[in-house]
Amino acid sequence: MYVYDQYDQKIVDERVAQFRDQTARYLAGQIADAEFLPLRLQNGLYEQRQAPMLRIAVPYGLMNSRQLRKLAEISRVYDKGYAHISTRQNVQLNWPVLAEVPDILAELASVQMHAIQTSGNCIRNTTTDQFAGVACDELEDPRPYCEIIRQWSTLHPEFAFLPRKFKIAVCGSTEDRAAIHHHDIGLELLANTQGEIGLKVLVGGGLGRTPAIGSVICEWLDKKHMLTYLEAILRVYNQHGRRDNKYKARIKILVKAMGVEAFTKAVEQEWMALKDGPTTLTDEELARARSFFDAPVYDTVDAAEASSVLQAALDGDPIFANWVKRNTRSHRVPGYRIVTISLKSTGYAPGDVTAEQLELLAELSDEYSFGEIRSTHQQNLVLGDVQVSQLNALWQRLQAAGLATPNIGYLTDMICCPGGDYCALANAKSLPVAEAIQARFDDLDYVYDLGPLELNISGCMNACGHHHIGHIGILGVDKKGEEYYQVCLGGSQAKDASIGKILGPSFKQQDMPDVVDKILSTYVTLRQEEESFLDTYRRVGIDPFKERVYAPAD
Amino acid sequence: MPRLIRDGAIVDDAWLAPGPENTVPKAGQIASLDQWLQLADKKGSAVQLEPGQQPDPLFEYLDQIQLVAINFPVFTDGRGFSYARELRDRGYRGELRATGNFIRDQLTYLHRCGFNAFQLADERGLEAALDSLGDFSEVYQAAVDQPLPLFRRR
Repeated sequence: MYVYDQYDQKIVDERVAQFRDQTARYLAGQIADAEFLPLRLQNGLYEQRQAPMLRIAVPYGLMNSRQLRKLAEISRVYDKGYAHISTRQNVQLNWPVLAEVPDILAELASVQMHAIQTSGNCIRNTTTDQFAGVACDELEDPRPYCEIIRQWSTLHPEFAFLPRKFKIAVCGSTEDRAAIHHHDIGLELLANTQGEIGLKVLVGGGLGRTPAIGSVICEWLDKKHMLTYLEAILRVYNQHGRRDNKYKARIKILVKAMGVEAFTKAVEQEWMALKDGPTTLTDEELARARSFFDAPVYDTVDAAEASSVLQAALDGDPIFANWVKRNTRSHRVPGYRIVTISLKSTGYAPGDVTAEQLELLAELSDEYSFGEIRSTHQQNLVLGDVQVSQLNALWQRLQAAGLATPNIGYLTDMICCPGGDYCALANAKSLPVAEAIQARFDDLDYVYDLGPLELNISGCMNACGHHHIGHIGILGVDKKGEEYYQVCLGGSQAKDASIGKILGPSFKQQDMPDVVDKILSTYVTLRQEEESFLDTYRRVGIDPFKERVYAPAD
Repeated sequence: MPRLIRDGAIVDDAWLAPGPENTVPKAGQIASLDQWLQLADKKGSAVQLEPGQQPDPLFEYLDQIQLVAINFPVFTDGRGFSYARELRDRGYRGELRATGNFIRDQLTYLHRCGFNAFQLADERGLEAALDSLGDFSEVYQAAVDQPLPLFRRR
């Protein structure tokens, strides 16, 4: 993974010093609330219902064991002994104290971490495929490009006061696991007709109040132009994006208002002034960035022997076999597998992880996966490089720590924002809905029978829980002071991106497990052999679901 | 006389703020964009841009203009950062002044975008604001103050 040199360290250290001074001035009454607001936001600090919330950046979801141990320590010393994996692959602390935040940031800097631009109207943490570098369907590892974007966007002087937040995602594989169609900018590594790998550029995707699928503004861009092209897009957005209404301020609204063609033209025009300038990437820089993501030295594994060892373990323990089937996937190197660790066990808030678990995971990543771990936008963690022969030993230790819930990609592996229990923006609670659904569908055989299913829950239309792109999406709404839940169906975050359609009038919280049950049983009745929920929905449309859910009680 | 930061020092400032739209700027007075557009002779002129007024009309006269002031009625409206870069990238070398309600914590970014003068809403903050100019000694991006990105220097 990327390792700071003296320059990176200096920038992060100076940022800590700057925020320490700003915090001191704020606490001394020398900075007004309104002026401190963007300063603290751009250092990751929100005001929440119970306490401030600190969002720590995990660039493109990659961490090492030293960083995990530091997060565990911070959560213990400065918080309540647990942390939360967000839907942008970041880590959140729910109970820090403002006066101590500079100290937390200094602790983070000591392990090459920070909270820069994890909030505010600026360029946020760039996200990518959690299986980058190890996925079988990968054309090229997207992480070097994410790191280059991270450095370029960090403290970018021109783009710190944009009309609204700005999110970039990069994907380098056939299957899109980074939801690039739903970002302000989505970049896809792909080959042109000459077989040269470049970038396809999408702009104006997004969730929130006005969900939109990104439009392609450049079919293929030479990688060396990546930053100047991004700069041109941001410059157009910074000057022309709406600032009079925060709900219409995202770039998707500008792209719609101008029209894709005119927007593209404006970008191209800005780009002409920047193209081939000093920000053009050099071969040396591309090589330098790539060098940090070189494959680790894998053991040469006798694939036949490894698979017979694994087979014996699978035959001997059906629970283990089930976990392997559900939570691991193939790796591009024979004899290795990718392991996803579910943070979705019933009774725990999706994405929450305790200090003890973080420490255990640090240990396990050292022992089994080259000391690295990844966070996912589905709020799970991934050990990317586990030898097949060690799966059983790893599983036993995960199992003992409550980290082996075999539900990756199934109904109970739901994405869920912190909702009204924590978040000051939320209209409704989301965690109790997630919990009630998990409790209702505790029969794993039924859950597996339902096949791949993405259920996403947001507590408000800011859509941190990505409800629009869940196969089933749930949105908390406020109806005259009461919490209600709206359901949408048919969203998808994959390459066949789609935005869910609203089923009908919203429901009370206690009715939600029943509503989900009716939706699922409609699917089970209507599905053709092996047909997934999404495919069935796309074939039959929303009406059969509507009829069943809103049918008068017998 | 009003004071501001220019080229890293606190100095007196003789320029007068723009007058009402229907007046003609006096000698030594900054023109609004509309007033400036009416000027027959742009030599030695001074013009103030508001958010939403892109600097494009100025491009032709960059070597004649003596002062461009960019107003920040609210500090969170960041359009002026891009306006400044557009001007500097096209070769404007005169004074580029931030005026209005920007805050001292934005000074490093403003400076990087090409502003060399800072007229704070409250002059009492000028001394302290000088400190903020030195918040960072290293940067990643190419900008007006540092034409090479870090990756070409490291």
